[in-house]
Amino acid sequence: MPIVTIDDIKIEVPEGTSILQAARMIGGDIVPPTMCYYSSLKTSGGYCRTCIVKVEQGSAKDPRPIPKPVASCRTTVMDGMVVRNITSPENLEARAGVVEFLLLNHPLDCPVCDQAGECHLQDLSYENGKSETRYEFPRREFDPIDIGDKIKLHMNRCILCYRCVKVADQITDGRCHGVINRGEAAEISTYIEQAIDNDFSGNVIDVCPVGALTDKTFRFKSRVWYTKPLDAHRDCKKCSGKVRLWYQGEEVLRVTARKDEWGEVEKNEAGNADWICNECRFDKKEAKDWTIDGPTKVDRHSVISANHYEGLKMIKADTLRMMGAKPHGIKVELGEGALDPNNK
Amino acid sequence: MGKKLLLKNDHIPYIHKLSVYREHGGYSVLEKTLKTMTPDAVVEEVKKSGLRGRGGAGFPTGLKWSFLAKPEGVARYLVCNADESEPGTFKDRYLMERHPHLLIEGMIAASFALGANTSYIYIRGEYFYVARILEQAVAEAYEAGILGQNILGTGYNLDLHVQIGAGAYICGEETALLESLEGKRGNPRIKPPFPAIEGLYGCPTVVNNVETIMAVVPILELSGDEYAKIGLGKSAGTKLISASGHINNPGVYEIEMGITVEDFIYSQEYCGGIKGGRKLKAVVAGGSSVPILPADLILKTANGEPRLMTYESLGEGGFISGTMMGSGGFIVMDEDTSIVKNLYTFARFYHHESCGQCSPCREGTGWMEKIIGKILDGHGTLQDIDLLWDIQSKIEGKTICPLGEAAAWPVAAAIRHFRSEFEEYVTKPDSIKDIKHYYRLQN
Repeated sequence: MPIVTIDDIKIEVPEGTSILQAARMIGGDIVPPTMCYYSSLKTSGGYCRTCIVKVEQGSAKDPRPIPKPVASCRTTVMDGMVVRNITSPENLEARAGVVEFLLLNHPLDCPVCDQAGECHLQDLSYENGKSETRYEFPRREFDPIDIGDKIKLHMNRCILCYRCVKVADQITDGRCHGVINRGEAAEISTYIEQAIDNDFSGNVIDVCPVGALTDKTFRFKSRVWYTKPLDAHRDCKKCSGKVRLWYQGEEVLRVTARKDEWGEVEKNEAGNADWICNECRFDKKEAKDWTIDGPTKVDRHSVISANHYEGLKMIKADTLRMMGAKPHGIKVELGEGALDPNNK
Repeated sequence: MGKKLLLKNDHIPYIHKLSVYREHGGYSVLEKTLKTMTPDAVVEEVKKSGLRGRGGAGFPTGLKWSFLAKPEGVARYLVCNADESEPGTFKDRYLMERHPHLLIEGMIAASFALGANTSYIYIRGEYFYVARILEQAVAEAYEAGILGQNILGTGYNLDLHVQIGAGAYICGEETALLESLEGKRGNPRIKPPFPAIEGLYGCPTVVNNVETIMAVVPILELSGDEYAKIGLGKSAGTKLISASGHINNPGVYEIEMGITVEDFIYSQEYCGGIKGGRKLKAVVAGGSSVPILPADLILKTANGEPRLMTYESLGEGGFISGTMMGSGGFIVMDEDTSIVKNLYTFARFYHHESCGQCSPCREGTGWMEKIIGKILDGHGTLQDIDLLWDIQSKIEGKTICPLGEAAAWPVAAAIRHFRSEFEEYVTKPDSIKDIKHYYRLQN
């Protein structure tokens, strides 16, 4: 089995593992952020470029470095590969550039966005972005549209990760939405505002990393941090019935699928994602419909958890300080054990 | 006169007709090849010839062919990339308009070498009239038994299809071309897998430029070793150059690689010097995406040696003082040209043609266009120039396909070599009223 080194941490992984999956096996702060990759959707990933890493050594056989940064979600590890993520200031700078591009046409309407608080783009920009924008031109604008009676599409917020397209392709039958137009004008849309009418169409809301696709039954009801998540289940003929209920007081405001620490829908023992059907998601909003399994373990991507942004910032600052590097685009050589805290 | 290989019959009227083409020796090379050579021997000849891809990247063609996976029972395809969309490049159009049968002959020989029984010519939508010429030629060839079953009585079968694209620059990128050919949205695929392993319909595929495929015919005619003697060193053979801009004789020229750039620009055989006797300011040597070079660097390398029309010599000095052969779109600019305005045109093009799949290119190309437009309007600041530099560096190399680089390189090169001109626009906004601001279309 190939052995890969990511940020000076060695791990042995099965053949065919991607750099990103290997990093997730290690866990912690060295895991590259992802906006478009979704492990349970085939052919996802590679579009957003936030997970780029620097490959210092291609493999044990061919130790040449890969000249360009690679998308870790779509690059398979080779035996003896050496990868740098947060220990390469160059890579962090490149990622900050990607974050800036993603936010360029984003309306930054977090105060009125339902996704705020559980938005991957917020996390990404806090963790990897700059505090201000250098963009001074008018932003691209689209009108929000309804796709079906339960889902709202705010194209302004979309980062074109293609996840919802892949969900429609792979989980529902009869996809009627996709990407139309090109370049900056590209948008997710149903052709001529056709309604998405399908038992599993609601899953596009769960996979959307930003507030582009939101649940109309939950719109403007509450900020997510005022709601309390509980895991629950019911016997559903169509889906697994395993859901997360978002309570405010006695009232169930919203039902979503259960998500793991990477913000993806949890997988069952067979390794398949537990997608939920529209009936569970939109129609069962009474406590009596559900059997409660217990409180949700609050994880990485949540404003409810302790100041995780602060923690990461400190680690990155340490990295830069230890390497004696200036934060902007300066190449540094990293010696053996440079990141070992005992090695002063 | 330089050596002519592809255009040697260019002066013959009606050479696009099968009967005329055969009168002048057309398809005799193919017949000899199919009857006397094995596919591997053809690949070997192309390898020996040192032919390099004429589409822009200059990758050795024989090597590319030898990478083709050959699993049992799986179809293999040859696709001809006739989606010539690089601004400043028009050699493939000329070749296809006038020599469609040379392309078909090359396609059959190359398909034979690769073991393909179905091949495609993917031609850009704007070339619909060229597609008609090709379709007529293909129909003629089918009728004469040169295409279809049992070609020229040799037992080799090939079906050749001409497919018209919808007019997108991105579909010249080989994987986007394959997606488009399959009837999907023309978005580049994420590599690996490369087309040689998994290409059209998931089968091993080779994608070659029009000129590359045509060059196979003279290679088989002369033999690989003889072809390798033409040209200079690793830049073997002849190359078609589309010369445009402020020159006396714009047009398509077949050159033997190795002549000097100075000779190419000033000799009467080729460009014939700068219009109106003005001075040379800059040259974009290989289509709009390659770095622009100022007159002193395009005529002489940084070491003071004369620069030659070869892959190596044009690339000497990397991007600091060199450029690329690219697709051979040779754009010449005289002393009255505004580099900023020219750059704006290029930036607008790449913004318009970005497919929107990956974020740096989708967002960055539009941003660069807006900033250059702002500078051009006289509202720019000195920080904008630095910002432009920073943006291009953040696009380059971070994208799925080379369109990101194609958009970033012209910006980088223009700032690197002509920064003072950008500063002039910023500090003296009145300079936008200069004659420089207008394209010189007459005299």
